[in-house]
Amino acid sequence: MIIKYVGLKEIRGSLIVLDHVEDVSFEEVVTIELDNGTTRQGRVAQIEGDRVTIQVFEGTRGMALDNTKIRLAGHPMELPLAPEILGRVFNGSGKPIDGLGDIFPEKRMDINGSSINPVSRLYPQNYINTGISSIDTLMTLIRGQKLPIFTGSGMKHNELAVQIARQAKIADVDGEDDFCIVFAAMGVKQDVAEYFRRSFDESGVLSHVVMFLNLANDPIIERTLTPRCALTAAEYLAFELGKHVLVIMTDMTSYCEALREFSSSKGEIPGRKGYPGYLYSDLASIYERAGMIHGKKGSVTQLPILSMPNDDVTHPVPDLTGYITEGQIQLDRDLDNAGVYPPIDVFASLSRLMKDGIGEGFTREDHSAVSSQLFASCSKVSEARSLASVIGEEELSPADKRYIEFGKVFENSFIKQGFYESRTIEQSLDLGWELLGYLPRAELDRVDDEILDKYYEPAKKRLEARLEAQKSKEQENEEEYEELEDEI
Amino acid sequence: MRNDIVFGINGPVVTVRDTKSFSMMEMVFVGEKRLIGEVIHVEDEITTIQCYEETTGLKPGEPVEGTGSLMTAMLGPGILDNIFDGIERPLKELEKTSGAFIAKGSHVSSLDEEKMWDIIFKVQIGDTLESGNIFAVCPETAIIEHRFLVPYGVSGKVVSIKENGKYCLKDIALVLEAEDGTQHEIKFYQQWPIRTPRPVQKKLESRVPLITGQRVIDTLFPIAKGGAAAIPGGFGAGKTMTQHQLAKWCDADIIIYVGCGERGNEMSQVLEEFAALIDPKSGRPMTDRTVLIANTSNMPVAAREASIYTGITLAEYYRDMGYHVAVMADSTSRWAEALREISGRLEEMPAEEGFPAYLPSRLAEFYERAGLAETLGGQEGSISIIGAVSPAGNDFSEPVTQNTKRFTRCFWALDKSLAYARHYPAINWTDSYSEYQQDLQPWYAAHLGMDFLRYRQRMAAVLQEENKLMEIVRLIGADVLPDDQKLVLETAKAIRVGFLQQNAFHQEDSYVSLEKQMKMMQVILYLDHKAKQIVERGIPISAVTETGLFEKVVKMKYDIPNNRLEMFDSYIKEIDEKLEAIQGGTV
Repeated sequence: MIIKYVGLKEIRGSLIVLDHVEDVSFEEVVTIELDNGTTRQGRVAQIEGDRVTIQVFEGTRGMALDNTKIRLAGHPMELPLAPEILGRVFNGSGKPIDGLGDIFPEKRMDINGSSINPVSRLYPQNYINTGISSIDTLMTLIRGQKLPIFTGSGMKHNELAVQIARQAKIADVDGEDDFCIVFAAMGVKQDVAEYFRRSFDESGVLSHVVMFLNLANDPIIERTLTPRCALTAAEYLAFELGKHVLVIMTDMTSYCEALREFSSSKGEIPGRKGYPGYLYSDLASIYERAGMIHGKKGSVTQLPILSMPNDDVTHPVPDLTGYITEGQIQLDRDLDNAGVYPPIDVFASLSRLMKDGIGEGFTREDHSAVSSQLFASCSKVSEARSLASVIGEEELSPADKRYIEFGKVFENSFIKQGFYESRTIEQSLDLGWELLGYLPRAELDRVDDEILDKYYEPAKKRLEARLEAQKSKEQENEEEYEELEDEI
Repeated sequence: MRNDIVFGINGPVVTVRDTKSFSMMEMVFVGEKRLIGEVIHVEDEITTIQCYEETTGLKPGEPVEGTGSLMTAMLGPGILDNIFDGIERPLKELEKTSGAFIAKGSHVSSLDEEKMWDIIFKVQIGDTLESGNIFAVCPETAIIEHRFLVPYGVSGKVVSIKENGKYCLKDIALVLEAEDGTQHEIKFYQQWPIRTPRPVQKKLESRVPLITGQRVIDTLFPIAKGGAAAIPGGFGAGKTMTQHQLAKWCDADIIIYVGCGERGNEMSQVLEEFAALIDPKSGRPMTDRTVLIANTSNMPVAAREASIYTGITLAEYYRDMGYHVAVMADSTSRWAEALREISGRLEEMPAEEGFPAYLPSRLAEFYERAGLAETLGGQEGSISIIGAVSPAGNDFSEPVTQNTKRFTRCFWALDKSLAYARHYPAINWTDSYSEYQQDLQPWYAAHLGMDFLRYRQRMAAVLQEENKLMEIVRLIGADVLPDDQKLVLETAKAIRVGFLQQNAFHQEDSYVSLEKQMKMMQVILYLDHKAKQIVERGIPISAVTETGLFEKVVKMKYDIPNNRLEMFDSYIKEIDEKLEAIQGGTV
């Protein structure tokens, strides 16, 4: 028996209140019919006896107290799923919007998911080769990890995400079918969403992508569902179909703002900067859905993008995110302005799962040595730079000057790389050693002698040979130039 | 029939109307699925319950059933080598019943009730037993003996007792007859309300350090057995790493690791690592003396709030057996946030930053459950609490950090800039402090000699001086400093890199004995002392640095194995020789 309730008691923001409702369950889905024949979706947000508060996904515009009929669905919000969702485009609440019709579901899953039993989790240890030197060497992405990109407006985070999605290779997976991408757009502009679609298309992976789009002008309640729909699809693909799923979610800050708007319209007590007090738990219920499970083949890896308002990493959204995720890739405005792509701030960036996913058997035995030495040396670069900004570069000691030089090369040849340039892990590590070749051996205090002999020395020789060749070439050029001048 | 039915639902908060059947903090079952909850507010019209499981799908009108008892933990053999959620449900058993994802309303007994334990009785008929007396023991794991205690509030003469042999938890071990003639059946397990501290004879003052093998802690900022310490630090500063290191290496008998609102992958790492790690003292896996409580950030928030209490109750149980227990709580900020979240749902008046006004008193109650104590049974046991704090925005002035500071006597401030330079453990030596240092001095003097204290003081002084000098260096560079001050910088660097910085992944460096710590200090300071003599003679400091002695000293943490401390003598000799050569050259 389906009961329809006619009329409302109250409309407040995106919330509606109903009286005399029977047999309603918490977080149940409701359908709201308007006089003009359109329908909207909603969800039960609070129950008090027979009074029910419902959040309307599409907003309450045009609703009046007496022009609506409400029907209870009898179950919580579910997403219809089938292998055919690959290649499809959905709106933020999981309805197809690509004109190809509804999904014929093999399974329906509650979009809130359930928490993975910590005992059942498989500790992620296999790295994903992104082809980007700074990430692979210094903050290795691991399968089953959640590694957000902290960015600011105007920086090249979208390009970075696209490049990672295009180049990501999983060390031991055979067959392309196993890898797919779930893309969730929350409050981004139409052209950003289009950029992602086009980029997936160009790299020929579009048939392995599921897209959930909630654009900047779409309702905010729907935005609070978007990441949950996307992750439900990802969990289905990973744990039911055994695929390795990369979930790109942009922009988490818009999601949190939607949550704040919704929370304040419910009249809840605000926490920091007006965000609800449960923001941490809410974000955790999204991010913690990354991972791997014992006995299942697939994995869910998350790459959320979040813009830091005013580039402020202590803003509640990046702050709480950093406490939940396993590290972060932070972009740097100065590098971006200097034209370095990808503008990754290596100090502020970190991958927590890296330590157990690198080294012999995973990447290469010298990986941890080279990365920790690069970090240590780079921190000396910033010391030298801050000194140089006071006393001038000329006045620096020879040792400090060497670090300034090292810092320049590090930014220009290690961090910086082309949008279509994909480097293997060996290339990146060798490049790291070559850079360290700019420094004398005595300065490398983080590395064992054995590793130094094996990797540092040959790299230094390579570097010297290259510099020598460069020099002689320059000399040649110069001579030619002089000859040319003479001729003129 | 009692008319106790669900009236309202808002997230984990459920209300019941017009009932008088529940008492404050009573454990209840909510709804058809029997979700576990706890009564947190009672009024004549509305009774409020916080649910430890997701309330999605719950309907008004579903029954609410009281259990008549407070939220309790089940205490008995089988706790060790186990992993529980925040309300002591065994996660391995839950996996068997509900699969990889935790299902709602799963009910499994906390401890294995079928398992047979090898019991050896320690008392006989006619003995008079008091609360807290040990009446039997059994090997719980290969290294920990479980001691069965007479429950609190029960005493009397043994009138009947089983024979040594194999029994399961619910068997009756013995019967006590109290003075008034009532008979008490005592089983191999007991229940205890998690929010009530277990009583002890008296609390004692602790004069023994908890040895952690981490140089910066043992030497500069030691914690006493029975002490409480806070590790505050922003994300990425290495809180969890430090907690893991302490859990692995500290010399407590039993480790209780509470993962409170933290990452799921981290818990699986702890599980894997601890199982693989061999305890150096016993040669058995670490898990033999470890209990994990995992309530990850996406598990229900009310259970997160309870997880801290569950952890400390288990700790107290083992303390009462006469063990030294260390509780790692990672992180107490998440627990405080759970308090805030629930308080918000109850529409309580918020205090600072939305936290409830009772936050300081709750924190105080928790940390006060630490301590060295004489147990009811007359033994000595201790609980040390090491609580991680995650300050929002890395701002140490926020309420949780500030209030934690008031109730802990040891503060290991993690520094993001140290972590950026990959200096781990990133414990900042100027912001951290330990009030136990004074209390523990006699122990250090007795076990390692007065020299240890002198070295420590000297080292702290050098670091302090460096801190002052760095202000100048940052402005005008190190080159303009006079040689004696350059030496301070060199020595400080050797201390920072060679001593304070410790590599958790290096076989020799992960754990360092106090003896080696002392020798390391000795060598570094000896080099400083000798170099000073040279500089005082007007020989440039570069002559000393060119010998490569500082580099050598920095690497001794890797070069000298823990079991070959005699190698330090050759370092002293080398310093003498090389520096003498310099002096000889100029004379």
